[in-house]
Amino acid sequence: MNKSQMQTPMRGVRGQGAAHSGTSMFWHQRITSVAGIPLTIALVVIVIALLGRSHAAVVQILGSPIVAIIMLLFMINMTYHMWIGMQEIIVDYVHSNKFKFTSLLANTFFCFAVAFASCFAILKLSFGV
Amino acid sequence: MTELEADTATRMRPRPLSPHLQVYKMTLSFVMSGFHRVTGFVLYFGIVLVAWWLIAAASGPNAYANFEWFMGSWIGRLVLFGYTWGLLHHTLGGVRHLIWDTIHGFEPAEREFLALATIVGSISLTLIVWVVGYLAMGGPR
Repeated sequence: MNKSQMQTPMRGVRGQGAAHSGTSMFWHQRITSVAGIPLTIALVVIVIALLGRSHAAVVQILGSPIVAIIMLLFMINMTYHMWIGMQEIIVDYVHSNKFKFTSLLANTFFCFAVAFASCFAILKLSFGV
Repeated sequence: MTELEADTATRMRPRPLSPHLQVYKMTLSFVMSGFHRVTGFVLYFGIVLVAWWLIAAASGPNAYANFEWFMGSWIGRLVLFGYTWGLLHHTLGGVRHLIWDTIHGFEPAEREFLALATIVGSISLTLIVWVVGYLAMGGPR
């Protein structure tokens, strides 16, 4: 080992921990949680503003640029936040390797599907057709 | 027993476990920590409501009418009320964790205050949001 190196050899062998990505997921969870605060407030305001309105009015408001952009940001931010959070829950409680692998896979599929379907719906509302 | 089996049996011996949930004193901060994970878990599935709302609006008046029918039913209202509380509770719980991330609020009194503020704040905010929602709709229906 190079004397000037702060890393122990064990650290090099282990890469960046069990996830092989160091603390990046921890940090991304913080970023998405901070972003989630204004986005959640915005979602509550948008939902209240649309309560009881006709379908035509809802389509028009949801499809307007500002509302559509906020909803896109909300869905992308939250599905990523959800994905990290559920992964954390799975690795904490699921000990069987087979079931852990399938649940991690299901987590990814679910979050991607929700994100894609919602973003598609918002874009369709915005661009018409 | 072969040598291999003996080796396996030794390796499979139950390993000592570190103290877990049962050894800690029940505090509000402790309960709120659990609530944060539970609300996060439930919100994970609750987002399907938001996705359904968006997809229904994009699909057309009939799909949107189905969504409105479900949300107007007592079970739909109950689910939406639960979702509102879960969302606001998890948001406030998240703020509490962000405060802790700045290395503030770790004193016993501060911890308990933050835990109390989370639960009182989330319940109050949920009620306020629903009152405002009903007022915006022109009363319950």
